Order: sequence, then structure tokens, then C-alpha cells
Amino acid sequence: MRRKMYEKEISACSIFGAMNIEGERFTGEGVIKAIANMHLRGNGLGGGFAIYGLYPEYEYYYALHIMFRGNEGAKKETDALLNRSFDVVHDEEMPSGERANVPDPPLVWRYFVAPDKKGKDKLLSDDDYVVQKVMDINLRIENAHVFSSGKNMGVFKGVGYPEDVAEYFQLDSYRGHIWTAHGRFPTNTQGWWGGAHPFCILDWTVAHNGEISSYGTNRRYLEMFGYHCTLNTDSEVIAYAVDLLMRRQNLPMDVVAKIFAPPVWEAIEREEESKKILLAMLRRVYAPLLINGPFAVIIAHHGEMIGLTDRIRLRPLTAGVRGKMTYLSSEEAAIRLVSKKLDRAWTPNGGEPIVVSLDGGGRGEKVDEVIPFA
Amino acid sequence: MLREENEMVIDASGLTYKELNGLIRDRALSGAEKIFLRNVYGQRYIGTRLYSLTQTQNSSKPGTRIEIEVWGTPGNDLGAFLDGHRVVVHGNAQDGVGNTMNDGEIVVEGRAGDITGMSMRGGEVFIRDGVGYRGAVHMKEYLNKRPLLVIGGTAQDFLGEYMAGGVVVLLGLNATHSANFIGTGMHGGVIYIKGKVGKHQLGKEVGTFSLNEKDKKILEDCVGKFTEHFDVGIDQKDILHGDFIKILPVSKRPYGRVYTY
Repeated sequence: MRRKMYEKEISACSIFGAMNIEGERFTGEGVIKAIANMHLRGNGLGGGFAIYGLYPEYEYYYALHIMFRGNEGAKKETDALLNRSFDVVHDEEMPSGERANVPDPPLVWRYFVAPDKKGKDKLLSDDDYVVQKVMDINLRIENAHVFSSGKNMGVFKGVGYPEDVAEYFQLDSYRGHIWTAHGRFPTNTQGWWGGAHPFCILDWTVAHNGEISSYGTNRRYLEMFGYHCTLNTDSEVIAYAVDLLMRRQNLPMDVVAKIFAPPVWEAIEREEESKKILLAMLRRVYAPLLINGPFAVIIAHHGEMIGLTDRIRLRPLTAGVRGKMTYLSSEEAAIRLVSKKLDRAWTPNGGEPIVVSLDGGGRGEKVDEVIPFA
Repeated sequence: MLREENEMVIDASGLTYKELNGLIRDRALSGAEKIFLRNVYGQRYIGTRLYSLTQTQNSSKPGTRIEIEVWGTPGNDLGAFLDGHRVVVHGNAQDGVGNTMNDGEIVVEGRAGDITGMSMRGGEVFIRDGVGYRGAVHMKEYLNKRPLLVIGGTAQDFLGEYMAGGVVVLLGLNATHSANFIGTGMHGGVIYIKGKVGKHQLGKEVGTFSLNEKDKKILEDCVGKFTEHFDVGIDQKDILHGDFIKILPVSKRPYGRVYTY
């Protein structure tokens, strides 16, 4: 009997990010081109984009992108919840192109809302209130999933190659000062619209390449803080973890990096005393948020884009800088396609974040010097 | 630009890696000996499908060695399984340069990504600047096949991981070595490093040794080739002047006890 040749899929996810550090908004043309250039890394089972500075006309309102599956029930129930909990200033169906090559698109709706807190909810900050409502929808309303819940930003994602998802949501008509993008090759869970990247809570988004073997531990820990993973994809935990650590606990990224990708104990031993104490304490206190397994992620929120890989860099990440533009990518070629000339291109060390901040705003430098690789 | 009849240009704009490598192969089979690739953006496996050209059949001139010049940024696994041809990149390369190459030469006028020289079993790779993680991972040698990887700058962690043979030279030009886990799991071959490397930067399976006359001859040869390929503003003599260390495995079977009972 002839044996069938094993058809090897030569894939991995692709991630790409672009930021203008002066906050000037630009179209997605380059980003879409770049992520499409890494077509080979995905397999058409997920693609998505996060755009910051997206809705200046609704700057002060939370923009909720919500996906509904099945019949009208989910939307009716969600609308009722939103009307109870928020002032909905505007809502509409997400503009989409009929002809794009994406399978079974669900109904996606966007709402611009302001919290309408009542009773003891008044004790919550607006952000905490919105997180709670997002969790309510994801947990309690069957077939409704919140893609995106930040102000002046939005996530667009679905099943298909990222360039097809971009065409479906007509992303060429949008502008933003940070764009991140993801092409998916699902490993352990199915490819579905809610499971595409980036994952989002408030204005925090995460596009991830890798596998999180600590998912169970991370997920249970986050549940203690009111975060519920409902999207059946490991990467979801990173979005909630950054919201917890960076927004609620106000930790800086270099500390968060040491929580997600802590140095090995031997390396901690070699540090000077004060740093040794800090690193050892982070490992003990935040052990359940250690992200185990290979990963490269692009994390973003308003005014900041962050690249990070696991501590032994089992997934690739290249950075490139040209003038006021900074790029992060799985492959350098995708950056060069957008910006042929770069002032600098390098690959960060594992576990050491690249933090790209708005010029003059944010914390610290524009781009952290990591390793002058030229 | 073309000076000779046997030189050809391919515009790689918008081509998939299959289309590009197909074109390279067609051109080579029809007699091209030097192929210029323009606008390369991430196409993988460049140079791979030329294997049989070096064998006796299929070629108008058996044994022909092709030279490929790449303008742009070649994709992963540049020169994978390369068998005797020469690839020059005018710029940076991505991950997996020279993956399992058998013979020939790859010259990168820039930096290269992770797993440079992975599983190489012959041939020579020269990188002007630095390389990423796991350079020369599982490089090997057999009888007269002894691969060579020369890196002008420095490397990131796990250089020479599980290395089983071959020669790696790290020149440390304009760079300090901050890589850790150098030679982790190494059980054959040799790594030469110019510049300071602390004991804690080495894997548990290797030790450092001083150079003997044979080592010096090897280095002279490697550095000579390096300075021929690249103008780095410093000549062979000055590069060779200075302290090199030699890293060798201290055991031929570091994991022997793990797998026996």
C-alpha cells in the first residue's frame, strides 16, 4: 500500500505593529500589506487588527464592538443590558464588504456608550464598571462576544487571512496612530470569530504568536480578580493580565515583563542585592501570572506599543525604527516592505520588552535601547 | 548591469517563494550562472531547489555552481539544503540562514536572525554583523565535511546549542558579548570567541581553552575570508590581534546518563 505523504504545514502566527510616536494618524494600507506579506505564517483561520486613535469624533465614549451569532436573541438581550447600564449615544452595524473571502461572518455591531452607574456601582471607576459589563455580556449572554471595549480605539477580527478580514471590515477607510495586526495559525483550539486576535479589554490589546501552557493557572488566577476567559483561546489571558497589572496595579512594563517572562533563578542570583530581592519577590507573588511556553506578543494601549518575547525567545520578533515610525514584526521583510530604509533594525532579547511611547508623553524614552544590533 | 551572457535578473516583487525558486531553477537550468534577485521581501528557501544542478543529470552544465545575489530581505531558511552554490545578501537576513546546508557559501552583508547555520553539515556562512538566538544549533560534521559559521558582531543566547561538529567564529567587532547559555548541550565542534565572555555565560557542557597553533591557523584562514567578503574598516591582522578563547565540549555524551538505565 502506498503511504500518503504527510503534508507539513509550515506555519506559525504572524504579528505586526506600527506606531507613529508623534501621534499622527495614518491609514492601514502599509500594515495590511505587511501582515499579508506573512500570509504563509497563518492558515486562514484568523486575522485581526487593533487601531488606536480610531474614533476621534467619539473620543470620550467607550466604543464597544460586539459580535452576535445565531438569531436575534443575543442582540436583543445585549441591547437591553447596554440600555440599562449605559447611555448609548450612537450605534450602528459595522460596515462590511460582502465580497470579502471570510467564512460565515457574524453580525458585528458597534456602540458608543457612556457608563450610567447606579447604586453601589457608583463606587466603581468607569473602567472597572466597563470591564464588569463586558464580562457580564461574555459570560451571561449566549452568542454575544465583546471584541473591543476601549475609547477611541477598536478591534476588528474574524476568520480568514488578515488581508481578507481587513477587506471585510473595510479597514482601508480608517486611520490611527497605532495599528497592530495578527495572522492566525490556531494550535490548540478551533479557529472562530471570537478566537481571532487581537484580544481586547478596555483599550488594552494583545496580538500573540505562541502557545501558553500555563493557561489554566493564569486563567484561574485572573478569575479571582473578576476576569473570565470565554473566547476559548489561550492568548486571552494576556489581555486581562496586562489590564490587571498595568491599569489596576499600575506596574510599569519592565516590571510586568519580569512577571510574564521572569529571569531564571541563576540569573537572578547574579543581580545586585536590591534587584535580586525585587525579581525573587515578583516570581513568588506573581507566580500564577508567569506565562509559560513560547510567545511573542505585541501589546498596545493608548500612547504605547510594546513588544515582548518569552525569556528564551522561542518565537521571533524584530523591531525597526524609521524617523517617527516604529515597527514590530514577526519577520523583518514585512517591515522593509513598508519602510525600505530603516534607521535601525534589531531583535530584542527574550524577556526584555521594547516599549514604544508617544514622543513627550507616556513614560520613559521613545524606544527602549535593548541591544545595538545595527 | 548584466555584463555576461550567463547573468540574469529576476524581479521578485509579488512572487511567492515557490514561484521565485521555480524561476531561479529554470534560469539555472537554462545556463545562468549568476542570478540577481531584485525586490526580495520575505520569500523563503532561496537557493534550495538547485540541489540537482550540482549532480550529473538535469543540467546543461553538470556541476555548475550558481551565484545568487539578493537585493532586499530574503525570508526564512535562506539557502536551506544549499548544495555548492553561493548566495550573497546585500542587507539583513531572517531566521534559519543555511538550514541544513551541505556545501557552498552564504554571505550576509548585514545581520541574520535566529537559528543561523542550524543543522549545517557543510559549507560556509559569513555574517557581517550579529546573529540572533541559537546560532549554529545542532551544527554537525562528518569526515571531510566541516561547516563554518563566521559572525562579525556578537550573538544572542544559546550560540552553539547542541552543536555536534563544525566551527563557529564570533569576532565581537563593535560589540560586547552578552549571550548566555553558550554551548548548552554542545558535544562536538569548536567555538572561537574574541572578547570577554564570563563563565556564567557558558552552558554546563562546555569549557574554555587557550588556542594552539592549529587553532591559530584556522582563525587566520576564517578571518582572512571574512575581511575579503566585508569591508569592516579593520584588517585581518588587527582582528586576529587580541584574545580569543576556544570553547569545547567537556563530554562527548552530555546526556548519556539521561537516556541509559
